[in-house]
Amino acid sequence: MSELTRERGLRLLREMLRIRRFEERCAELYQAEKIRGFLHLYIGEEAIAAGVMPELLPDDAVVATYREHGHALARGVAMNAVMAEMYGKWEGASRGRGGSMHIFDAATRFYGGNAIVGGGLPLAVGLALADALQKQSRVTACFFGDGAVAEGEFHESLNLAALWKLPVLFLCENNLYAMGTALERAQSQVDLVAKAASYALPAARVDGMDVVDVGDATRSAVAAIRRGEGPRFLELVTYRFRAHSMFDAELYRTKSEVATWRARDPIALLRARLDLGEAAMAALDAEVVSEVDASVAFAEAGSWEPVERLTTDVYARRPP
Amino acid sequence: MKTTYRECVRQALREALLRDPRVFLMGEDVGRYGGCYACSKGLHDELGPERVRDTPLSESAFVGAGIGAALGGMRPIVEIMTCNFSLLALDQILNNAATLRHMSGGQFEVPVVIRMATGAGRQLAAQHSHSLEGWYAHIPGLRVVAPGTLADARGMLPTALADPDPVLIFENALLYNLEGELPEGAGAVDIDHACVRRPGSDVSLVTYGGSLPKTLAAAEVLAAEGISAEVLDLRVLRPLDGAAILATVDKTKRLVVVDEGWRSVSLAAEVVARVAEEGFFSLDAPPVRVCSEEVPIPYPKHLEDAALPQVPKIVRAVRQVLHG
Repeated sequence: MSELTRERGLRLLREMLRIRRFEERCAELYQAEKIRGFLHLYIGEEAIAAGVMPELLPDDAVVATYREHGHALARGVAMNAVMAEMYGKWEGASRGRGGSMHIFDAATRFYGGNAIVGGGLPLAVGLALADALQKQSRVTACFFGDGAVAEGEFHESLNLAALWKLPVLFLCENNLYAMGTALERAQSQVDLVAKAASYALPAARVDGMDVVDVGDATRSAVAAIRRGEGPRFLELVTYRFRAHSMFDAELYRTKSEVATWRARDPIALLRARLDLGEAAMAALDAEVVSEVDASVAFAEAGSWEPVERLTTDVYARRPP
Repeated sequence: MKTTYRECVRQALREALLRDPRVFLMGEDVGRYGGCYACSKGLHDELGPERVRDTPLSESAFVGAGIGAALGGMRPIVEIMTCNFSLLALDQILNNAATLRHMSGGQFEVPVVIRMATGAGRQLAAQHSHSLEGWYAHIPGLRVVAPGTLADARGMLPTALADPDPVLIFENALLYNLEGELPEGAGAVDIDHACVRRPGSDVSLVTYGGSLPKTLAAAEVLAAEGISAEVLDLRVLRPLDGAAILATVDKTKRLVVVDEGWRSVSLAAEVVARVAEEGFFSLDAPPVRVCSEEVPIPYPKHLEDAALPQVPKIVRAVRQVLHG
């Protein structure tokens, strides 16, 4: 494990806090009916996106899930654009057309925001195939949850990536529940590393609550992929502190289980490791909150895409 | 030049691969085997396993990989052996290929071409005899074409590859052995317009794909009876060339639609609906549809024949719209 410099530690702490505060505000804005549709919060899982993204290069690609606000922010999609997207405003990352589940950003090669569980994996394989055919040394990082491991697309995609030795980093965020169904109630083999390894690609389990561990594991996996050694799989064990979505009464897990995991809050863990005092933490928090405030103001001031534009971008060209 | 539909497809693939290094072909047994219908015969040996790429039986993954590779700057041609198996890739086609341009606010495009064989008529029973092009033609964001002639089999592929959006090409498997003349130097054709294959004045027969030869044969039978039938080949199933449909109905005042899809909620239904909405007052008689019977296509020849559009059925339908 690499040594944790204070600079790196503070950077990681700030990134996790940005995601946390952004999403807490989103939950409030949902109650205020500023944000509609589905809203899936990443709170509790921030160490994964915050740990992975600094290990990627700007030209790498990211494929994410419908719980992707954290991935977008950590990848460098502007918070203003993400918040405006939450509002459905024209200034949003996807011009407001996708909402919470479909954040896209060409500038950071952020390919969504896929709301079909498992649906992003074949895309990631294809992006990596394009890189391999074009002799690029880029990596495609593909996030998905433990629920996706039950989907055929997971198995087809790992097989294809391993068969063709494609530069994909498969990142399984195992938060123990596929919506409300616990892993052991859905999968005969709950050892996800063993499942992935059966496709003959190196696979490892990482503490997804430890942002430094996540970063270190990502760094070595990305280096191997860039050396042309083919795909890698990381299982990042984590926990969702909030409900699956805003419609979830959380009847499937106990309060004590949630409390046990909350005691391993990735932000608190890193803060303790950095021995960051109250004043320094408050100052960092104030900076982050002011960025969130600014993003809300940006989204509020944004515009609605004119209805006349409803059918633009269905096709590149109109029939003659 | 005398040739076959299969050879036209093969020549189109070969030319596309030779012309543009971003183009590659992938699918089940497209490589060493030469393609289930021999459409890529010889291309693996000529161009190598990277450009003519065999895949495992993982329709969702390799179709999705084609979409991803298109996002990543390539021009993939994905062959799904038959449309029956495309159901295993429907998520990728519908939820990714068709949505990404619009849902990303125009930031991303998916210039993938997906080819598949379609249709019945070879005693392959219910699971290998589907005509699903009408399903795909329902989906905004896709272009859907059905080459019914040698020239279209040769010329639709390069145009589809040049298009920045996903294009699905449905090749009716009964057409692969179709023989005919192809002009020297035949090349790219448009994928926007329907085409009148036989001019006529008494009735319009609107069809596409594998039903085109049957419809032309029916027109020949009708001509012997003194009935002049105009045959309109839709060619492009999405977006439909509505103007061409309205133009032929305006000319003949009578409409028969021939479609190998099942009758209910079919492409044929869409054609009739458009005429009802926009050409109602051109009509001198109620339109008639000749479609597949609403059964899973059965194995024995006499039952399969009875389930599909056939020349006598088309002829009877025309007599019905002409004489009531």
